[in-house]
Amino acid sequence: MSSLVYLVPVALLLGATALGAFLWSLRNGQYDDMKGAAERVLLDDEQE
Amino acid sequence: MSCCAPGAELGRELARGPSREEVLLASRELGDGTRQTNLSVPGIHCAACIGAIEGALLKTDGITEARINLSTRRLSAKWRGEYPPPIIEVLRTLGYEANLLDAENGSRDPELSRLLRALAVAGFAAMNIMLLSTSVWSGADSETRQVFYWISALLALPALVYSGGTFFASAWSVLRRGRTNMDVPISIGVSLAFGLSLYDTATGAPHAYFDAATSLLFFLLVGRTLDHVMRRKARAAVVGLSRLMPRGATVVRSDGSRDYLPLAEVEAGMRLAIAPGERVPVDAVVDSGSSDIDNSIATGESLPQPVSVGAQLRSGTLNLTGALTVVTTSPASGSFVAEMARLIETAEDGRARFRGLSDRAARLYSPVVHATAFVTFVGWLAATGDWHRAISIAIAVLIITCPCALGLAVPMVQAVAARRLFEAGIMVKDGSAMERLAEIDTVAFDKTGTLTSGRPRLASSTAGDPKAYAIAAAMAARSSHPVSRAIAAIAQDPALDVIDLREYPGLGLSATVDGEVYRLGQAEWCGDQQSGQTVLSRDGKRLAAFMLEDSLRRGAGQAAQELRQAGLAMTILSGDSPDAVSDVAAKLGIADASARLLPEQKTRRLADLAEQGRKVLMVGDGLNDAPALAAAYASMAPASAADIGRNAADFVFLHGNLTAVPLAIRVCRQAGSLIRQNFALTIAYNVVALPIAIAGHVTPLIAALAMSSSSVLVVANALRLHGGDRPAIGDAKRDAPPVELSVLALEP
Repeated sequence: MSSLVYLVPVALLLGATALGAFLWSLRNGQYDDMKGAAERVLLDDEQE
Repeated sequence: MSCCAPGAELGRELARGPSREEVLLASRELGDGTRQTNLSVPGIHCAACIGAIEGALLKTDGITEARINLSTRRLSAKWRGEYPPPIIEVLRTLGYEANLLDAENGSRDPELSRLLRALAVAGFAAMNIMLLSTSVWSGADSETRQVFYWISALLALPALVYSGGTFFASAWSVLRRGRTNMDVPISIGVSLAFGLSLYDTATGAPHAYFDAATSLLFFLLVGRTLDHVMRRKARAAVVGLSRLMPRGATVVRSDGSRDYLPLAEVEAGMRLAIAPGERVPVDAVVDSGSSDIDNSIATGESLPQPVSVGAQLRSGTLNLTGALTVVTTSPASGSFVAEMARLIETAEDGRARFRGLSDRAARLYSPVVHATAFVTFVGWLAATGDWHRAISIAIAVLIITCPCALGLAVPMVQAVAARRLFEAGIMVKDGSAMERLAEIDTVAFDKTGTLTSGRPRLASSTAGDPKAYAIAAAMAARSSHPVSRAIAAIAQDPALDVIDLREYPGLGLSATVDGEVYRLGQAEWCGDQQSGQTVLSRDGKRLAAFMLEDSLRRGAGQAAQELRQAGLAMTILSGDSPDAVSDVAAKLGIADASARLLPEQKTRRLADLAEQGRKVLMVGDGLNDAPALAAAYASMAPASAADIGRNAADFVFLHGNLTAVPLAIRVCRQAGSLIRQNFALTIAYNVVALPIAIAGHVTPLIAALAMSSSSVLVVANALRLHGGDRPAIGDAKRDAPPVELSVLALEP
């Protein structure tokens, strides 16, 4: 029981972090162009 | 890179792309002098395409930002200045065709983001509550159980409020109108389960249904999201096709100056300039000039008609050979195209009455479920007098019968079917269209542009001297008349020097080649007796003759045969001349064919068939087919169809092969039988689970197990559709435009 007192909150916190990360990436437009993101890896960086 | 070769062009060749004025009209002001233009570029395939296009555009003056979305094959460019930079021209030099999109179309889909967020919240809550529940089921002591229930309640609350909102809103909106749908039992079941569990937790009772409530929401949202993604994909693909109607018109003022005005500002009595290759924007009368007009999209006539001063032009028709000045006879709102749009609206009323299978099931389902739960409650109350126990068991009945699998049964199958059709190049507007297509027993075809390619093709030719072919081809290559284009394909001799080419609308071409004057065109005009042929002559003497025919669309024969084998009746409804129609009907073995039908007559013909109890699939492409497409039980249009027809159709097929029709029917019928199987599965499951629930033996553990297993079963059954006789993936790519005629196939 005593271990549950901190293990359960830790588990929930980790889950909540993952949820937060997903919502952030969604808002950030990272799912708008999945194919494009995969292909853009192959492009050379533009020289500034 | 080989994949970056310009893609097979979708649909009818446009004589010219959107002008810069159209780009300006379709762009959106972003403030601070920047404007955004969205384009659909179907030819983008890989990183090299992205690099080439973005690189070239960023080097163009005035463009500040260019971003390609590979998933949607779209380009969004931001630019500064009064006049748009040559975006389309740059794309064309790189070998990509582009179509303008309205600025709003490029923006993100807020509904999808909302569904995904709701799904994420429900998934998070369901997973964690399930985790806590597992330890409760495996026998946690009552103190731990109590704490876990409180944590579960805390997790379930946001899921219920946020993720459940989708269902509550939908349930409330139908209840207010005195009807019911699947969302009503879902909403009642979920909120009652949550309320009772909260009460039980507060009073220290051993069972709570937080896990059932949240996982139910999660599974149902999966179905909802799949459904939405399917529709969005189809819509995006159809919107990305080229618009046939121009966005504006070039108005000639009385002082001779020219203005490009949006279509809505064009009024009756204005003078418009229409260049060769442009479409007629509104109904008009020719004021000066002469030309050939391609009426195929408006009336279904396959051969271009010559027009001169005083001739009536319908909006949507294509000006082929000469520059025209016209006087408009109606504003854009009163033109032929607008008239078709109104006919579509009236025709669509009939179809709105169709209720999808899941709606029909829901109408039966929710009263039965609610009545059962109520009877259970009354029964237990009468038997034991224990309020709490009676309510718990009634709620257990609601949860166990909650249409979790039913909510997935239809969208899951439809999403898989839509994906399979998508791979074959067929876009589906919505799920109900698939249900309707599965039921049809008659197929009505339009002729021009649907059964036929709408472009004449060389059937046979004769010439004394092979050089005559080269001369004819060289002359024809300089004209945009469809007959010329067919002849231009037979030979190539760049050494020939064609000068002084003149085009006589309705008659033909004359030109000087190697110092001699040749005529190519109508037989009589070229000084020949045999009419009906296209002739090349010199000094009134025939050198070569060409017989042309409207070629059948690819796969037309095979499609007709497959449909016949599937036991479907076929009919042709065409606006073209009886000769042309009966010719095509004979080739395809279709006995029932009608010619010279007006748009209203086509709709009436469909209404007659419907009255006889027939369920008709209409396949058509023209403006004149659009009302019929909307009126038919189900409808299909090729990607080359007029925009308005494409919007009225349930299905749009992209690759121009008519075998898409039998394929779509086959897939939809398969989907229909899978949906029925899924319904049978869920009903069987309810028959087993309901007595257990009514008897009061359902614990949260049994509820969770039963619900998940039935959902998984339904999803697994839906996925079977993806196997089976899958169309070869290569089909789409092999369907490049055919070489109409090779030189080798010619007679000597």
